Amino acid sequence: MQRQVILNSKHFELTINRLCYQLIEIHNDFSNTVLIGLQPRGINVLSRIKERLELILGKEVVCGDLDITFYRDDFRRRETPIIPSATNIDFVIENKKVVLMDDVLYTGRTIRSGLDALLAFGRPEQVELLTLVDRRFRRDLPIQADYVGKTVDTLISERVSVEWKEIEGEDRVVLFTPDSNG
Amino acid sequence: MDSLSVEHLVGIEDLTKNDIELIFKTADAFKEVINRPIKKVPSLRDITIANLFFENSTRTRLSFELAEKRMSADIVNLSAASSSVKKGETLIDTVNNILSMKVDMVVMRHPNPGAAKFLSERVNAKVINAGDGTHEHPTQALLDAYSIRERLGSVEGKKVVIVGDIIHSRVALSNIYCLQKLGAEVMICGPTTLIPKYIHELGVKVQYNLQKALEWCDVANMLRIQLERQEIKYFPSLREYSMQYGLTKEIMDNLQKEIIVMHPGPINRGVEMTSDVADSKQAIILNQVENGVAVRMAVIYLLASKIKRQ
Repeated sequence: MQRQVILNSKHFELTINRLCYQLIEIHNDFSNTVLIGLQPRGINVLSRIKERLELILGKEVVCGDLDITFYRDDFRRRETPIIPSATNIDFVIENKKVVLMDDVLYTGRTIRSGLDALLAFGRPEQVELLTLVDRRFRRDLPIQADYVGKTVDTLISERVSVEWKEIEGEDRVVLFTPDSNG
Repeated sequence: MDSLSVEHLVGIEDLTKNDIELIFKTADAFKEVINRPIKKVPSLRDITIANLFFENSTRTRLSFELAEKRMSADIVNLSAASSSVKKGETLIDTVNNILSMKVDMVVMRHPNPGAAKFLSERVNAKVINAGDGTHEHPTQALLDAYSIRERLGSVEGKKVVIVGDIIHSRVALSNIYCLQKLGAEVMICGPTTLIPKYIHELGVKVQYNLQKALEWCDVANMLRIQLERQEIKYFPSLREYSMQYGLTKEIMDNLQKEIIVMHPGPINRGVEMTSDVADSKQAIILNQVENGVAVRMAVIYLLASKIKRQ
């Protein structure tokens, strides 16, 4: 297995910063916008963006975590059940602009489930998608992100992993490629 | 530990501690779901479940039905009164007929102990025991332990007394297994005639005096006197039972500590406990009912994930 860092900690921070300013360009002061991170890894993106946004704006941004386990389309197609994480959405998203956040956009199936799960909390005015890494040309469904941290071209056999200072010890994005003879 | 170690839920006796913790963790997520504005998720939309109740039930049947509906399963209901069981059909025939209509899971309550195990060994569907005679009632024990965990933070190390009609109670047996697996201490309390002779072999304490039992415990689970299962008189009168084993406000007030009061329902107010106890803050009887739906959703979800696609 070969590993290649495609976003180091310095660029990682720049990327988060850029995404924040892109969000502000569209959503101004976030008075009618809520940010929702998809469990489990999307909430790391959310907390980093939230922290940075609040620093820039000087006000609190409404955020929530959404677990999509019960909305997945691969239930009973896997060996073991997926154990759900917590959903923390204590507000109604009726007529709100929602920005969904996840770490890696790949087949688009997680986002499809996320859109379904979101409807249990009301009818949003608009839903956008932010992803830290976009594995382009690998979609199973017609879903694209509105805000992208980094776009990468990958093979199906490869794996992209977003690592966090709080969890793995360093902010970076790593691409894993299996050895060609293996 | 991401999957249950069993293929059916026949009794708590077969579960491991990990299984129970997995069920609780999944139930936490479902509890959040059933408190949303839209209380339905599509997980089980391609699963069909038959609820077979060969014995009366209100709470358990409603609870299972809601749990199934909230996960979008298709359901069919059968109760003994209106079925061919009355015409002499055997249990296996009844169930196999229902399964030919492509049913994936059976939730069954039956008056005979062992009925769920018997069925699980003979039919090609997941079986959930919703009470088999005086044997086990696993989902009740799970929701009881879940409610204790919710109120007290954990079950481990807690002292729980089960009071009342132990000999006829499937709830008592399942509770003993479940609480012990989770590391709680269990005591049973009731009139000598309602306590099985060899119960101490399960590793539980036995106490015949309610006051002493209450002084010892953190949680009191008051069971219903099951008059319908009593063929002979086990105690002189209901009044005498309630004088000795009924929980009153006075007894609660005189305790030096605050204990939690549980009841699997239906309550005979004035027998197992007085109304002011049943409606007090220390009683978590209605929380038990709410948690029942979440716990049953978790059990069904985890077992359904083991149904393999053709």
